[in-house]
Amino acid sequence: MKMGRAAKTLTYALLALFAVYFLAPFFVMASTALMTEKEAYSYPPRILPSALRFENFAAAWRSQPFGRYLMNSLIVTVTTTIGQVASCALVAYGFARYSFKGRNALFMVLLGTMMIPWDVTMIPLYMEFKLLGWINTLKPLIVPAFFGSAYYVFLLRQFLLGIPKDFEDAARIDGANEFETFARIFVPMMKAPLILVGVLNVMAVWNDYLGPLIFLNSRIKYTLPLGLAAFKGAHEMQVVPIMAITTLMIIIPVAAFAYAQRYIVEGMSGALKG
Amino acid sequence: MTKAQRRIAKGRGAAVRGAIGRWGATPYLFILPWLVGFVAFTLGPLLFSAAMSLFSWPVLGAPRFVGLGNYRTMLTDDPQFWKSLAITLKFAAIFVPLNLAAALGLALLISRPVRGAALFRSIFYLPSVVSSVAVAIVWSWILNSEYGILNWLLGRLGLQGPRWLQDPAWAVIAMVITSLWGVGTMMLIFYTALKSIPRDIYEDALIAGASPIQQFFSITLPLITPSFLFNLITSTIGAMQQLSLVLLLTKGGPLKSTYFYGLYVYENAFRHFKLGYAAANAWFMFIIILVLTGLIFKSSSLWVFYEHEVAGARKGGNA
Repeated sequence: MKMGRAAKTLTYALLALFAVYFLAPFFVMASTALMTEKEAYSYPPRILPSALRFENFAAAWRSQPFGRYLMNSLIVTVTTTIGQVASCALVAYGFARYSFKGRNALFMVLLGTMMIPWDVTMIPLYMEFKLLGWINTLKPLIVPAFFGSAYYVFLLRQFLLGIPKDFEDAARIDGANEFETFARIFVPMMKAPLILVGVLNVMAVWNDYLGPLIFLNSRIKYTLPLGLAAFKGAHEMQVVPIMAITTLMIIIPVAAFAYAQRYIVEGMSGALKG
Repeated sequence: MTKAQRRIAKGRGAAVRGAIGRWGATPYLFILPWLVGFVAFTLGPLLFSAAMSLFSWPVLGAPRFVGLGNYRTMLTDDPQFWKSLAITLKFAAIFVPLNLAAALGLALLISRPVRGAALFRSIFYLPSVVSSVAVAIVWSWILNSEYGILNWLLGRLGLQGPRWLQDPAWAVIAMVITSLWGVGTMMLIFYTALKSIPRDIYEDALIAGASPIQQFFSITLPLITPSFLFNLITSTIGAMQQLSLVLLLTKGGPLKSTYFYGLYVYENAFRHFKLGYAAANAWFMFIIILVLTGLIFKSSSLWVFYEHEVAGARKGGNA
């Protein structure tokens, strides 16, 4: 499709305008993080700090046990990602590559679970984890990830349905058992969608606020988002360290996105073909 | 189970091997993790909360069966229930159409054939990858009525900005503005739908002398209605369940003007410890969501076009 000069100019003008809207808050955040408190609370607002005070980051980091929060966030993010990738690959493979009694009904149930509002199951889950003695530990955030997640299973299954049947046949002739066929033949082929699942999980878990809010109650167990929210709640007027920690916290998801954006776009078109 | 899900689940036989039963327990072993997790973390809690909603269930002391008492109290004797429901519906009614329109508009913009479109796609999506905590922190600063950059900009334009999050008349609007920043996910879904429209349809239309506006309404829009349906449903469900931004931005204030339904359930459960009552609240919202989704699906046969129908119409309408 060819575009005229005027249409092209208008397109770029609109793209630039919206880019400002989407980027400006990031800019305000990073810029405020580098200011002095006095500069941050000046009116009219300052756009840029008078000097790049990178020491603000270290000072903010030391003001609360953010090192501990970071550790907790890393533990939860890494373990859940391993759990989701492994369990969802198995489950999706079962649904996509075998015919068995109740398969379609079970898959519909799996899809249906995505519609259940969060708060319907939250109260009994809280009681369940309390009974198990898991409240105020990281377990409620970690353990369920080892049992698969409907959306990720759906994504992986969509991918697996597109692979011809010859692969299993060849593996079987070579004498591989069912699990070997899955692990040696299919897992390597699933690299791209598994990376997608991993990255989506990293973002979701790293960013999660409600789960930690409900299941954790002592500071030493906090994850970064919960620690930051608590810090903001207690020190509402210290905008500079708040912005500094916020800037540091978003590095991980932004980096994950930068690394995996082509998987995200491709994965989404794969899912929509269903 | 909804119609679309049934449609998705059907017609999936192609890549499957063997007859039913040929593989014995093997397939069940593969899906076992999900089956166990489903019973332990979804089905069990779901049934348990349905049962809980029929009890008066304090944290300490024995639960007492009250039948439909919780539901009766909620509907007839709890003004906050209706207020929270109204606030949530108001938010959804403003946010969902705006979000869909913005997502579609941006998707159209980034699918224009210009250089750098991929970069802008990433920029527009970027806010969708950060935590709600970060979103709330950044926007509460931008919306700050004394030092915030937004009101300063409005002032430069000669407008007196409202007190946003501190003004009961504006707090819901401030929430909408903040939420719209995360429009990227839906934009990406529209974008992939737009990209999957075959180019030759437009070429045919161009030869037939259709203007760009005619092309948009008679080709583009009908062909992306399935993704429109998907976005409408996800957006509606998301809006009805809004909780983290409310907790982080306003905690329900000022004057309970943003006391969303999600917050109402959350506080009934984890602050007032009325567990049975909160379970009833949550189930009521579940039913509303099911009804809304059902209605949207029911209406979808009137406005959603699937590719085979369009392809058929195209063949028929070539003359």
